[in-house]
Amino acid sequence: MQTSIACGRCSAELVKTADHMMTVRLHGDIDASTAAALLHDLVPRISEPHCAHIAVDFSGILRQSDWSTLVGLELKKTAVRIGAVFTATGVSAYYSRFFQEIPITDPHPLPPQHADTALTRFGAAILKLGSDLVLMVRFVGSMCLAVGSLVRTPKNLRIDDTFTAMQRIGVDALPIVGLISFLLGLIMAFMAAVQLRMFGANIYVASLVSLAMTRELGPIMTAIIVAGRSGSAFAAEIGTMKISDEIDALTTMGFEPVEFLVMPKLIAAAIVVPLLVLYADLLGIFGGLVVGVGMLDLTAASYIAQTLKTIEVFDVFWGVGKAGIFAVLITWIGCFRGFQVRGGAAAVGAATTSAVVSGIFLIILADSVFAVILRYWG
Amino acid sequence: MQGVNRRPIIQVANVTIGHEGETLLENLCFEVYEGEIFAVLGGSGCGKSTLLKHLIGLMLPQTGHITIDGIQITGCNEEALRQVQQRIGVLFQSGALFGSMTIADNVALPIRQYTVLPEEAITTLVRMKLHQVNLNGYETYLPSELSGGMKKRAGLARAIALSPKILFFDEPSAGLDPILAAELDHLIVHINATLGTTMVIVTHDLQSIFTVAQRVIVLDRVTKSIIAHGNPLQLRDESTDPFVRGFFHRQPL
Ligand SMILES: Nc1ncnc2c1ncn2[C@@H]1O[C@H](COP(=O)(O)OP(=O)(O)O)[C@@H](O)[C@H]1O
Ligand SMILES: [Mg+2]
Repeated sequence: MQTSIACGRCSAELVKTADHMMTVRLHGDIDASTAAALLHDLVPRISEPHCAHIAVDFSGILRQSDWSTLVGLELKKTAVRIGAVFTATGVSAYYSRFFQEIPITDPHPLPPQHADTALTRFGAAILKLGSDLVLMVRFVGSMCLAVGSLVRTPKNLRIDDTFTAMQRIGVDALPIVGLISFLLGLIMAFMAAVQLRMFGANIYVASLVSLAMTRELGPIMTAIIVAGRSGSAFAAEIGTMKISDEIDALTTMGFEPVEFLVMPKLIAAAIVVPLLVLYADLLGIFGGLVVGVGMLDLTAASYIAQTLKTIEVFDVFWGVGKAGIFAVLITWIGCFRGFQVRGGAAAVGAATTSAVVSGIFLIILADSVFAVILRYWG
Repeated sequence: MQGVNRRPIIQVANVTIGHEGETLLENLCFEVYEGEIFAVLGGSGCGKSTLLKHLIGLMLPQTGHITIDGIQITGCNEEALRQVQQRIGVLFQSGALFGSMTIADNVALPIRQYTVLPEEAITTLVRMKLHQVNLNGYETYLPSELSGGMKKRAGLARAIALSPKILFFDEPSAGLDPILAAELDHLIVHINATLGTTMVIVTHDLQSIFTVAQRVIVLDRVTKSIIAHGNPLQLRDESTDPFVRGFFHRQPL
C-alpha cells in the first residue's frame, strides 16, 4: 500500500508492507513552513494504522537541515509513542548524532505537585509574613544605625542627593497635591453646605473644612500621593540598582548602602512632606472658601475669621507632625521593598507595586493609632 | 579561502551612518560572501555596533543602500524587512535573554513568532538548538541562573532558532574569559562549517579574529572610513599602512 503527500517543495512517500513495516521516504527541500505542514499530515497517518517498524529515508532530501531533522525526530517520537521500532537511513553524518543524542521524552519530568490546600497556602502566607517582618525589623535597625552614624559625622550626608530628593518628593508634587486638596476642600464644603444650610449654620462650613483638612485629610491625602509618586520611585530606583549589582559595588567601595541611598531620601521626605501638608491645608481651606463665598453668601473675611477661630495651633502641628511620621514610613517601606528585589526586571515591578500598597496600608494604620492616642490623651 | 562560494549575500554600497546630526562612518562599500566568516574590526567607539544596527535593519543609513540576501533593506516596506529578519539571527553583546522566561521559552520565542509548528515539535526543536550550543538539559533554567558564557550560548541558540542564513555577533567574546571565548569561537566555526551559515562578527578582540575570520575590514574613527580589508593574517604580516600595522600588533601610535 502506497500513499504520497506533497507540501510545497517537499514530498513524502509512505509505503506499508505486509510485515507491519512503514517506510517514509522524504524528498525535496524542507524549511520552516513545509516542516509544519509535513508534520501536520504525516503524524496522524503513521500513528493510525498500527505498525511495528517505522523506517524514515532521508536520502531524497536535497539539503539536510535542522528542519528535516526536526521532522525525523517528531516521527521518532510518534514511533516511540505507538510502540514501534524507529530507524532512520540516509542521514548525513552531522545530523545522525541528533537521532542518538536528542532525548525524545522529557529528560526532567516535573515532580508531581502537591495539591495546594487552603490550609497549606494559609500556612505559607503566614510563614512569608513572618520572614518579611523579621527582614523589616532588621531594616529598621540598619536605618537607625545609619541615622546614628550620620549624627556622629554629619558631613557624610550626601547634600546634593538630598536636595534632588527634596525636589522630586516636594516641588514636583506641588501641582497634583494642590489640585487634589483644592478639590477636596471644594467637595467637602459643598456636601456640608447642603446639610448645614437647613439649620442656618452656613458659617460652620468653614469650621468643618478647616478642621478636617488640618487634622486628617490634608496629611492623609498628601501622604497617599507621596506614597504613589515617591515611595514607588524609591523602590524602583533601589531595585534596579540591586539587580544591576550597583548595591554590591557600593558596598565593596566601602559605602554603607542604607546610609548612601536611604538617608538623603529620608531626610528630604521628613522635611518636605510636612511642608506639602501645610500647602495642602491652605489649598483645601481655599477650596472651601470658594464654595462658601460662591454658594452660601458668606464674605471671604467672615469665612477666614471663622476658620481662624476654629483651628488651634495644636491642630496644625498635629497634622504636620503626623505627616512627618508618614514620610518616614513611606521612605522606609519604599526603600525596603527596593532592597528586597531579587532576580530580574519583573521583580522591580512587583517591588514598586508592593511599595505603594504597603505604604498606603502603613499610613492608614499609623493614622488610626494617632486617632486613638488623641482620643485618650488629647 | 577555498570552498567559499563567492556569491555576495550582503552588499553595502556608499553607505554613510551616524547618530542624529553627526556622521560616524562615510561612504562605506563592502560585500560579505555567502558562507564566509567576516569580521568588522576597529577601535572602541568607531561605530562598529552602529554599523551592525544598520545591517540588521534597526537603523536607516543617512545615504546609500544595503542589500541582504537579494532584498534591499534600505527603503523597503515592513513586509520585506520582516522577511529579511527571518533569515538572520543576531547575538547581542549581553545575550539579551528575557529574564522572566526560561531558556526554552527564550529560544522558542522566534519559532512561535514565525512558524506554525505544533507545540511538541517546538519542544524538540528547542532541544536540538540547545544541543547544538552544548546546553542540553538547561531548558527549565532562568537566565539569571546561568553563567556569562552559558547566557551567550543560550543567546546563540535563540539566534540560530530559525536556521538563519546569516548570523550577526556584537562583541561575542566581551565579558568572557579566554577559555570561554575560545569555546564560543569554536562554536561559531563549527556552525559555519556544518550548516554553511554566513557569519558577521563585530569585535575589537584580535585574538579570536586570527583563528576565526576569513576576511576582515578595519574601520577608523578619524578618517571615518575603511582603512584595510582582506585576510587578517595577511594584513598583520604584509600591510604597510602604519595604522593597520599598529592595530594588528597592538602598538600605540
Ligand atoms: N544611541 C546613540 N545616540 C547617539 N550617539 C550614540 C548612540 N550610540 C552610540 N553613539 C555614539 O556613536 C559612537 C559609536 O558607538 P558604537 O557604534 O557603539 O561604537 P563601537 O561599537 O565601535 O565601540 C560613539 O561615539 C557613541 O558615543
Ligand atoms: Mg560596540
